[in-house]
Amino acid sequence: MSDELLYSEPEEELRAAVADLLSARAPWSAVLARTESAEPYDADLWKALGTGIGAAGLLVPEELGGAGASLREAAVVAEELGKAVAPVPFLGSLTATALLLALPGCDAQLRRIATGEQTAAVAVPFSTLPGNGRRNTVSVTPWPPKDGVTDARLTGRVTGVADALPADVLIVPADGSLYAVQAVDVTRKAVTSLDMTRVLCDIELEDTPGELLAIGYSALDEALTSAAAVLASEQLGLAERCLATTVEYVKTRHQFGRAVGSYQGLKHRLAQLWVQIAQARAVARHAVSATGDERAIAVAVAQAHCSAVAVLAAEECVQMHGGIGFTWEHPAHLYLKRAKSASLALGTAARHRARLAELVGLPAS
Amino acid sequence: MPPLTAQHVTTQHDLENQIRDFLAAHDPSTVDRTDFLRARFDAGLAWLHYPPGLGGQSLSRDLQPVVEQAFAAAGAPDNDPRRIGIGLGMAAPTILAYGTEAQQERWLRPLWCGEEVWCQLFSEPGAGSDLAALATRAVPDGDDWIVTGQKVWTSMAHEARWAILVARTDPDAPKHSGLSYFVLDMTAPGVEVRPLRQITGEAEFNEVFLTDVRVPDAHRLGAVGDGWRVAQTTLMNERVAIGGGSAPRETGMIGVLADTWRTRPEVREPALHDRLMTLWVAAEAARLTAMRLSAQLAAGQPGPEGSAAKYAFATLNQQLSGLELELLGEEGLRYDDWTMRRPDVVDFVGRSPGYRYLRAKGNSIEGGTSEILLNIIAERVLGLPGEIRTDKDVAWKDLPR
Repeated sequence: MSDELLYSEPEEELRAAVADLLSARAPWSAVLARTESAEPYDADLWKALGTGIGAAGLLVPEELGGAGASLREAAVVAEELGKAVAPVPFLGSLTATALLLALPGCDAQLRRIATGEQTAAVAVPFSTLPGNGRRNTVSVTPWPPKDGVTDARLTGRVTGVADALPADVLIVPADGSLYAVQAVDVTRKAVTSLDMTRVLCDIELEDTPGELLAIGYSALDEALTSAAAVLASEQLGLAERCLATTVEYVKTRHQFGRAVGSYQGLKHRLAQLWVQIAQARAVARHAVSATGDERAIAVAVAQAHCSAVAVLAAEECVQMHGGIGFTWEHPAHLYLKRAKSASLALGTAARHRARLAELVGLPAS
Repeated sequence: MPPLTAQHVTTQHDLENQIRDFLAAHDPSTVDRTDFLRARFDAGLAWLHYPPGLGGQSLSRDLQPVVEQAFAAAGAPDNDPRRIGIGLGMAAPTILAYGTEAQQERWLRPLWCGEEVWCQLFSEPGAGSDLAALATRAVPDGDDWIVTGQKVWTSMAHEARWAILVARTDPDAPKHSGLSYFVLDMTAPGVEVRPLRQITGEAEFNEVFLTDVRVPDAHRLGAVGDGWRVAQTTLMNERVAIGGGSAPRETGMIGVLADTWRTRPEVREPALHDRLMTLWVAAEAARLTAMRLSAQLAAGQPGPEGSAAKYAFATLNQQLSGLELELLGEEGLRYDDWTMRRPDVVDFVGRSPGYRYLRAKGNSIEGGTSEILLNIIAERVLGLPGEIRTDKDVAWKDLPR
């Protein structure tokens, strides 16, 4: 199994394509400028990434116009997006795609996602722990859903949803079933978000037409688990970029007549961070490769580990840049905000540890 | 073992024939152990990558498992590699690289056969991380050198016949260029070995006091003043402990702790639970990282992750063994045995929790301190500036000590 922990050649090619696109189209100065604009998500960049490179349809089978790839390839894309804190709805789209793939009769929708005609998102709070997405805030009429009757009306509120602002279709869990809702039929209110590069929104549904996709939430739990696995790779990429940026800076910044990177007080912390990032790479790779019972364990480990590593990397980036790292004009804050938000997303490290304890038979009491 | 090339396959077949013929001529059930090992050495079936005449056939190291497995399957005696690890892993490669023909013929055969145990006289009380600062003097006297000084952390010194030694031959030269490398006879007059009792109560290591010990110049390895370079060969060959390669989940200390948690519900406390799970994740991350490193090595993409493995292992072991004592509470107040003993092996799992806690303290000191490892990562991997040195171009005798 250990080869799965490495990157394949096609994965490296995909990485290079995404990295080239991002360095050309999403330098941090542009990312920063966008954060206070009317359009916090970069639609053009998403189009180039989603359909130009094919990131939107990565998981979609080839016969439906996608790439027929796996979470491993998606994770490589996420690493690069994490490095750039790119404002594109890749993670949300991936979560919706993973969910639709597990549901019957969604071929047409998947085809539209792969072609870029539509972008989808799952309407759950971004903080939702996989396996814990059952908090019901949307109600349905008629209830219960009947065979053959696929039209329903949904009313309720879902708060703090990621990547829903640029979505055309929302998959809404309501009263134990999953419904497709057209985004134009709901009210989406952008949230002033800690992470300015992944702006959340609150969604209001009021007698909104919904199409029944499936009864039950088990597919939702699996899709959120996939999202958590891929998020770990995004955190890895973010941490790598923070380390690289900081290492470059401390080599050039001089104080007391020496490069500040020659002081052991900084060198040792950067070396410790490097050790943790090397570990993050191994656990993140495993999380997107594992199957069966191992998958839930691998994902919980990856989230518990990578969340902390990304936050540490961003915090060290701010601290070791000194004054400039505390300014708005330097990108360090974009990374810090993304890292801290990502550590709360899809379950905190503490919740993943608690989940892990159940999975490996180490009960709290 | 990496995939075998076509040439390897031919050689493997050829090797298997050689071993079969050898075993036919030397029945392991009747031939004396030492005679058997000597014959195996002379047949070039000892260490395959060594040259012909010195126990090998100049073959790839990758083929060694073929030989080991074949001999093990035939019930043949081995050379007890754990007992002669310093000889096999450190002395022999250095003798091969720098020894004269006469030196190689004298030392390598009894070394490999386990007839002569070797130890290493490098570290000193005043030269730990800074090995090149060592102060043991070697003064020329006719065809001999007279060696005086104190060495420390020498495992197997009490059983060794020979030692590899680095000593200062020119105190007026800068520290790295005034050293020479010798082979010292541990039975010579003036060699005194004392056990060095450690924090756990036992003594895995020794102090070695050298008082006017005569070493023939014929036992010098490499040129006078070239000792630092020769020592690098030794240290590069020091076995890199990569931490298990593909060990199963919950191997080692984390397994001990998880077992305690599962089987003894009375130790469970909420705050300790989150610490346990945090360390469980750290252990799993370290395990997967070691697996990834092995996969990289097998795929021919050696990464710098190896330097990190020991650092991570040391930190983790210390945290886990500390938590174990806290979990156990009253039981953690007892220790199994402070008696001064000379253990053959370090048995982490077989001893008491207090022993584990104390022995783990050595993990961040032995074989490179954690601080030195972090320097190595910072400088060689991240390319950060080296420490500002004030000792490199000064005569050793003028350095503050």
